[in-house]
Amino acid sequence: MLSRTASNLYWMARYVERMENTARILDVTYRMSLVPKDARLADQEWYAPLNITGTLYPFSGRFDEVNSRGVLHFMTLDRDNPSSIVSCARAARENARAVRGHITAEMWEVINGTWLEIQKVTDVELTSNRLMSLFEWVKERSHLFRGVTVGTMLSDQAFHFNRLGTFMERADNTTRILDVKYHVLLPSIDDVGGAVDYYQWAAVLRSVSAFAAYRRVYRDVITPLRVAELLILRDDMPRSLHHCMRETYEMLRLISGGVRNEAVRLAGEAHAGLHFGRVDAIFAEGLHEYLTDFLRGNAALGDEVTRTFFSAGRQSLAA
Amino acid sequence: MSFDSYYNEMYLADGKVRSHYQPLADWIDATPNERIRQMRDAANMLFHRVGITFAVYGEDSGDERLIPFDMLPHIIPSREWEMLERGLKQRVRALNLYLHDVYHDQDILRAGKIPAERINGNKLFKQEMVGIDLPGGIYAQIAGIDLVRAGAGEYYVLEDNLRTPSGVSYMIENRKMMMRLVPDLFARQSIAPVEHYPDLLQDTLRASAPLQVENPVVVLLTPGQFNSAYFEHAFLAQQMGIELVEGADLFVADDTVYMRTTAGPQRVDVVYRRIDDDFLDPKAFRADSMLGVPGLVGAYRAGRVSLCNAIGTGVADDKSIYPFVPEMIRFYLGEEPLLNNVPTWQLRNREDLEYTLAHLDELVVKEVHGSGGYGMLIGPTSSEREREAYRLRILDSPESFISQPTLSLSTCPIFVDEGVAPRHIDLRPFVLSGKEVVMCPGGLTRVAMREGSLVVNSSQGGGTKDTWIVDK
Repeated sequence: MLSRTASNLYWMARYVERMENTARILDVTYRMSLVPKDARLADQEWYAPLNITGTLYPFSGRFDEVNSRGVLHFMTLDRDNPSSIVSCARAARENARAVRGHITAEMWEVINGTWLEIQKVTDVELTSNRLMSLFEWVKERSHLFRGVTVGTMLSDQAFHFNRLGTFMERADNTTRILDVKYHVLLPSIDDVGGAVDYYQWAAVLRSVSAFAAYRRVYRDVITPLRVAELLILRDDMPRSLHHCMRETYEMLRLISGGVRNEAVRLAGEAHAGLHFGRVDAIFAEGLHEYLTDFLRGNAALGDEVTRTFFSAGRQSLAA
Repeated sequence: MSFDSYYNEMYLADGKVRSHYQPLADWIDATPNERIRQMRDAANMLFHRVGITFAVYGEDSGDERLIPFDMLPHIIPSREWEMLERGLKQRVRALNLYLHDVYHDQDILRAGKIPAERINGNKLFKQEMVGIDLPGGIYAQIAGIDLVRAGAGEYYVLEDNLRTPSGVSYMIENRKMMMRLVPDLFARQSIAPVEHYPDLLQDTLRASAPLQVENPVVVLLTPGQFNSAYFEHAFLAQQMGIELVEGADLFVADDTVYMRTTAGPQRVDVVYRRIDDDFLDPKAFRADSMLGVPGLVGAYRAGRVSLCNAIGTGVADDKSIYPFVPEMIRFYLGEEPLLNNVPTWQLRNREDLEYTLAHLDELVVKEVHGSGGYGMLIGPTSSEREREAYRLRILDSPESFISQPTLSLSTCPIFVDEGVAPRHIDLRPFVLSGKEVVMCPGGLTRVAMREGSLVVNSSQGGGTKDTWIVDK
């Protein structure tokens, strides 16, 4: 397969996944903002989406204050913000358009249709009573894209690059969503383990559609340790880091066809760490620190994938 | 020439429906306008969703646009089509023989059938091709020949497109759309299918591979996403299951062309290129081309890769060569041309120039090297000022222009909000030359959507229709 094609397929899938996860990040933030609290802390949740997507600086350069209205606009409809939902939809479509010959007509129609529809969304849809249905719609489009992909695409290398993009992006995003909780302050130290704390962790679970799964697995109250365990270490949880890295490792092995390379090794190492890891060890290190490390490792893996597969043909013939 | 007596594809002069249009006429009568309008809107929505769009040069705004699609098909009886098919194949055979000849012995020039300076002084004559032997001696594997009907319904060849003719994807997509919208009409008449075009094209491209190659790797070379025909490039590559490549995806080493893949370099044998000659290879032609592949022309001349179409085919479809095509048919095939040329005045000739300048308000004047309907003067619909400006351009360089009578192009009904209305059309069938010369029954019907307009080019607001070859 052409290196450029592989790269387009991978980024197409990453941008669809990112679009969904931006919606999820906003969703969790919004839910947290509804928890009753001290008026002095109003709007402080809205720093979280900016912090965890690394966009606080460009935001503060253009908006006077951090509040729900500004952040929602910036993360949803702002075309100059590369991780906004509309930008992700556009980037996914541009990548898809470059590889139309390698995706099915149904996949293209989902991506193109999403782009056409999202352009009709205005700030009116960002008001509270319509917000949730917008996020639901974005998630549905992403679900539809994945379903159509699995349901119509030949299981060849194009499919594997597509899936690789999905899971690497999802690992990145689940990490960031878990980290939201770190960035959202509790009113006071006494609130740790209190009602507000509980609702915030519940919001994290809901944002990754894991609330029911949590109940089923633990049949007990929500504790930070268990939420982290579910979203980091449980292999059977489709948005957990463990699950994402297992798929990532598997896709890279299939793509490499038995050839050993650094990308496979890095993914294997990350997978092994999650497969044999313990949640108390993660908390001993500090959850935020663990997540920061993981993001760094995932980015390094992304660089290695680019080097190994997307610039491979650029070596001379002799190499 | 009169403007109120066009040949109408659907109706006879007495208002009766021509028999091959009768099932369509019945359907129109039985279907409320409102319902047809809904179908048209549904079609536009589907085209948008599927992304069947094209980009228009020189427009900054809306970077992608739909080509207007008209629901009412252009219908041709099969016996008429058989005549057209024979004529088109004959023409393309002669054009390929001519191309081989001008790049080899130039018999036709020595026989005095075409003035030698038309060829050797022509910037479309590519010195790089002289003496190069191509597999099967074929230069234009893919030809799009524009036909019009005028007067009492006679067919004329308006122009030959032998470089990178486009539009075939619309032929296929329009058919798909029609079968989706009005399946019942397909049950009432026997309509020749066109969906196998990609298979014919695939066979043609494979047949053009360098002789020693057994299982050729074929790719489609596109200028990229921002080219006006990108949809078609992607569509054809997908339909044929071949790679859609851009210049940067290919490289040349030791006169061999490779594509860059995730598993390292892979050899390429045939390039179906949708990039103009001048942009193919910065080493051979325009050095500033970012679209091409350095060294491609060298590999081509060494016979290590095939290009479809060949380099230098412009010397056969140039408007200054067009008047000689009937002569080519007689010279190479020893046959009489089955299809007519439009009478053409060549402004490089003194009498033709004088006649044209004296009749500017009646004639169509075209640039010799122009295409896409850009830069032409349509005398009868032009203003005094436009004609004066054009006169100065002509006088500045008469050899750059030809003129033709303003043909009273035939009309075909289109669906408008008030019902049906006649509009002018032309037809571009595609002729493929591989092991043999083959065609899909039909082609792309282009229609001038504006009332009275004679310009059907999509870049100038023209639309398209499905084209049906029907058995009686």
